[in-house]
Amino acid sequence: MAVVFEPTKGLTDKPFHYCPGCCHGIIHRLVAETLVANDALETAVGVASVGCTYNSYEYIACDMVQAAHGRAPAVATGIKRNLKDSFVFTYQGDGDLASIGTAEIVHAAARSENITVIFVNNAVYGMTSGQMAPTTLVGQVTTTSPWGRDPSYQGYPINVSEFLSNLAGAAYIERVCVTDFKNIQNAKRAIQKAYNVQKNKLGFSLVEVLSTCPTNWGKEPLAAMDWLKENMEKQYPLGCYKGADITFDAEGNYVSGAIPATANNCVNVGEVKK
Amino acid sequence: MAQKRVLMKGNEVIAEAAIRAGCRNYFGYPITPQTEVMHYMAKKMVQVGGNFVQAESEVAAINMVYGAAAAGFRVMTSSSSPGISLKQEGISYIAGAELPAVVVNIVRAGPGLGGIQPAQGDYFQATKGGGHGDYRNIVIAPASVQELYELVVEAFNLADKYRMTCMIIGDGTLGQMMEPVAFRDEEPVETIEKPWAACGRKGDSFHHTVTSIYIDPDVLEKKNLELQDKYKIVEANEVRYEAINMEDAEIVITAFSTCSRISRNVIRQAAELGIKVGMIRPITLWPFPYKAIAEAADMPSVKAFLDVELNAGQMIEDVRLGANGKKPVYFHGRLGGNLPMQKEILDKIVAIHEGKITEGGNF
Repeated sequence: MAVVFEPTKGLTDKPFHYCPGCCHGIIHRLVAETLVANDALETAVGVASVGCTYNSYEYIACDMVQAAHGRAPAVATGIKRNLKDSFVFTYQGDGDLASIGTAEIVHAAARSENITVIFVNNAVYGMTSGQMAPTTLVGQVTTTSPWGRDPSYQGYPINVSEFLSNLAGAAYIERVCVTDFKNIQNAKRAIQKAYNVQKNKLGFSLVEVLSTCPTNWGKEPLAAMDWLKENMEKQYPLGCYKGADITFDAEGNYVSGAIPATANNCVNVGEVKK
Repeated sequence: MAQKRVLMKGNEVIAEAAIRAGCRNYFGYPITPQTEVMHYMAKKMVQVGGNFVQAESEVAAINMVYGAAAAGFRVMTSSSSPGISLKQEGISYIAGAELPAVVVNIVRAGPGLGGIQPAQGDYFQATKGGGHGDYRNIVIAPASVQELYELVVEAFNLADKYRMTCMIIGDGTLGQMMEPVAFRDEEPVETIEKPWAACGRKGDSFHHTVTSIYIDPDVLEKKNLELQDKYKIVEANEVRYEAINMEDAEIVITAFSTCSRISRNVIRQAAELGIKVGMIRPITLWPFPYKAIAEAADMPSVKAFLDVELNAGQMIEDVRLGANGKKPVYFHGRLGGNLPMQKEILDKIVAIHEGKITEGGNF
């Protein structure tokens, strides 16, 4: 019998703790598959953050470092500066990246750190039970915006991809979602492109993935996917915000497109004695 | 063999010593009075093929330290008091994840923004925790530029050996002071294996994970007990202090770093007045030399201790623990960035000798 699908070696056997209908499972798999497809599982180092994905270091099968809340881009900087030929990525949620970690993400992009950020935006704090996030939509009800987010009281959502794309150091920034097969394939393409950007030392790359939180949105899994399509994509339009014209050949080598002049800011310090 | 001596500033020697110790990573943020560490690193680290990053904040800098240490590389950051407060989050995570790191605190007067003059008001923060959770840092207090050099090199070895933060604590006096320093031809750098480092699996059947989170209370308690066991080993093996003129001493000064420098001269001046003064100078503030203090308290000749600090009395609590009520412990401190004059200390010694002041003392 022909094998048509099997679990990726890029994930460990540990069962996910994520809620039914949450997109983290799909996004983890896409990251893991990208590591395997590029033969990077043995060399890559990932940085887990704080939030529902605090435990992603146990799921993704490459070497993983767990970081303090919001600090993953700084931790990744410390790693990548020493391991310039290894794929180094962070996996962060919207509370982590767009609230407590704004300084770290902005400056990692400004320095054009040659790292890749997987930014999962579900418009809410998931793990701490559904508080308003910096990405919460206007009017969206959360446990700390119980009458809906009121801009006159709680301000406006932050569009991370748009504002980071204004920084000269950012090489590639794209927003995707994983609500259906077509979008999942597109998200995988974006993560592969980010991988290529880093491999070619072109500078900072970020893939924002819109995600669901059925538990804290109070919706069934499929209804949550519909809510994402109908509401989140209005505030957060899908598309490439930086580096759309960067192209690679079939082997993933850089061919053309505008890139930051700064890239390749790391050195190989030497081997760690194991 | 006579070594060539060079005149260098304390802060620059810290940076030079780190590079000599094989440190190829420096992440920092500007703050007075330690900026020369950063200036020196900005030039020299690039020249030796290492990493220098001026971080966006102290918080980011300590997390870059966390990342480089997690990947298995020697790494240092330096700052001064308000900046060290910001680094406490990262220092706690470094303790939880058991990573080796060297953190330099060139202490200034506080609280708050305080001032930029020398102080020792961060003793509690450095030795009793600082960040959240049950953890310890090895805290080393050099008293001269030569000692800064030697102990910074040693700090990297200790950090690697015990997988914990080794903090060098000085003050504006030591950082800004220029003194001759004799560099060794070869540094006693110990290369320690780091099988735990997250620098790529590279053929291992498992992936390396560096973390400080343990949701299961039983697992976290076990982790904490392992940390405490490690700290006990450090306490047993790494206590360092200098005992000066302790034979037949009547009054024992306890002082570290800059205060010990000032007190050294007082010992001679007191001798001229016929008062035998000795000194115990802790070099490691944690682990603290309780035993040396206890033994001094047991000496029949010793009548009292005089603790001298640039704070309102912090190390004195550890001196009292060591003395355990056997002998009175007097105090002389200056605050706000001021240093005690030798005469202030001498006057207090005379007063103690003549039984004219009460225990605890004043400023």
